[in-house]
Amino acid sequence: MTNPLQLMCTQQIIEQFAPEQHNLLNILHALQDNHPQNYLTEQALDDTARYLGLPKSSVYGVATYYTMFSLVPRGRYIVRVCTSVVCELHKAGRVIGSLENMLGITTGETTPDGMFTLELSECLGQCQDAPSVMVNEKVYNNLDDNRLAEIIHQIRGSQKTANR
Amino acid sequence: MIQETRRVLKNIGKINPESIDDAIRAGAYDGLKKALSVQPADVINELMGADLHGRGGAGFPAGMKQKFVSESCMHCPQRYVVVNADEGEPGTFKDRIIMEQDPHLYLEGTIIAAYAVQASKGFIYIRGEYHDSIRKTRVAIKDAYKKGLLGKNILGSGFDCDIEVKLGAGSYLCGEELTMLESLEGKRGNPRIKPPFPAEKGAFGLPTLVNNVETLANIPFIIAHGKAEFRKLGTEGSPGTKIFTISGRVNRAGHYEVPMGVTLQELIDLAGGMSEGKPFKAALLGGAAGTFVDASMLEEQMSYDNLKKKGATLGSGAVIIFAEGDPVVEALHNCLRFFRHESCGKCVPCRTGTAQLVKSAEQLRNGHPDKKALLEQMIRESTIMAATSLCPLGQSPVLPLKSAASYFSRELTEIK
Repeated sequence: MTNPLQLMCTQQIIEQFAPEQHNLLNILHALQDNHPQNYLTEQALDDTARYLGLPKSSVYGVATYYTMFSLVPRGRYIVRVCTSVVCELHKAGRVIGSLENMLGITTGETTPDGMFTLELSECLGQCQDAPSVMVNEKVYNNLDDNRLAEIIHQIRGSQKTANR
Repeated sequence: MIQETRRVLKNIGKINPESIDDAIRAGAYDGLKKALSVQPADVINELMGADLHGRGGAGFPAGMKQKFVSESCMHCPQRYVVVNADEGEPGTFKDRIIMEQDPHLYLEGTIIAAYAVQASKGFIYIRGEYHDSIRKTRVAIKDAYKKGLLGKNILGSGFDCDIEVKLGAGSYLCGEELTMLESLEGKRGNPRIKPPFPAEKGAFGLPTLVNNVETLANIPFIIAHGKAEFRKLGTEGSPGTKIFTISGRVNRAGHYEVPMGVTLQELIDLAGGMSEGKPFKAALLGGAAGTFVDASMLEEQMSYDNLKKKGATLGSGAVIIFAEGDPVVEALHNCLRFFRHESCGKCVPCRTGTAQLVKSAEQLRNGHPDKKALLEQMIRESTIMAATSLCPLGQSPVLPLKSAASYFSRELTEIK
């Protein structure tokens, strides 16, 4: 996970790309990934619009269209539960319930410590080992309650070490 | 019992996907070398002779598509190749396997396709959630440049081609080729009116070849070994192999490459049979935008032409298996919810229709005084949506709905 001290400023990130509209999605991904709260700030959208010479409304329109982008702060870790027909067959509903219990939040919310946001996702393409969740860039498969608890515990532990 | 025949997946698990030297030792870029030694038209003719059908879902002949692009707008300054790697059809993960485990294979296919249509620029549009695919494809591209397989004057042939990766951001609809082009240009994923097709007006308004990852991954074999060799497997109408992704109630869910034309039962056997020994009930072929079938289809050949004749679809190659005891209404509800979430909202019939269908599916599940009439109404509504929506999303709900109704109408309409 990104250390806030290593964060690049918005402008530096944007300028890695040519100022052409077709780079918009790649830029938004880079900006969001760089933010410790996994979201696109208003400033980031404004800077992007200016750099690409686009109306703010176009950039806002794109940022709000795609499921992966968020305009509100989220946790350091985005937990995406796959709700596809295959995962549902393998009790994805139970995975959601267990995660809500373990994290003490409902789907769509962020834990008070800012660690986790719980989201739902369409098919993650991991159907061979359903049910699946994705935590930031990492995929976890064949989940049951024990495995879920282990994953959450592991991430919390690694964060504590990182903060020490 | 049937065995896998790995052509596209021949290197899976045998090479380090992040080593171009490994890939080259396993034969990568032999097809490209051969392609560059002949005329672009010869490459297209070979593909047309092989009768390779697009593996993304629509099954359109790949050689013909190339021919259209190569003959389109001779005065245009630029042509493009766009790789559709926005795999999102529920139950489908064949492209992910190729991208994660043998990225040079489809990259080679992409460069050959670019040469065939004389496109000097290519984009690979990968869904944003496929982080591993994105990373490995980027490594493959970087290494290909270093080896002179991309960039200026590829392998001394005089042909130039640059390729870059574009990221999706969580929109199923962007897997539809014209919508993908909108997204690629940095816009919202709203579909375009067609015609014009991408061959005429694609990316940035210029002629564009759009191909799926698995389609492109078949090209190196065809060029390296010839169309006759390619056609040795598969059926007359659907030559070659297909990667099926089998999931649900089977013992060994996973990806299996077999000749086109194997039966549904053979696929289930290949995947280790039904889990917990439960009897087979239904299969959803081709994902959410696919069709349900029942046990009467177990001995049918899985090929584009045969399934089409039977009113079913092969689609992306997703095969989701349900056992006795799995309610069809739940699967149907899930598919309809998916469409509601992914509808872009541009066409009113799709925007309101997908939401209405979910409500109806809930009534179908939770209780309704006349389920028979309700199901008929849902089919009627989805038929209207299909006729009045611009893109395949609004045209899709009718597929699972109608097929579920035709095979499982008693279960769906019984009053508990």
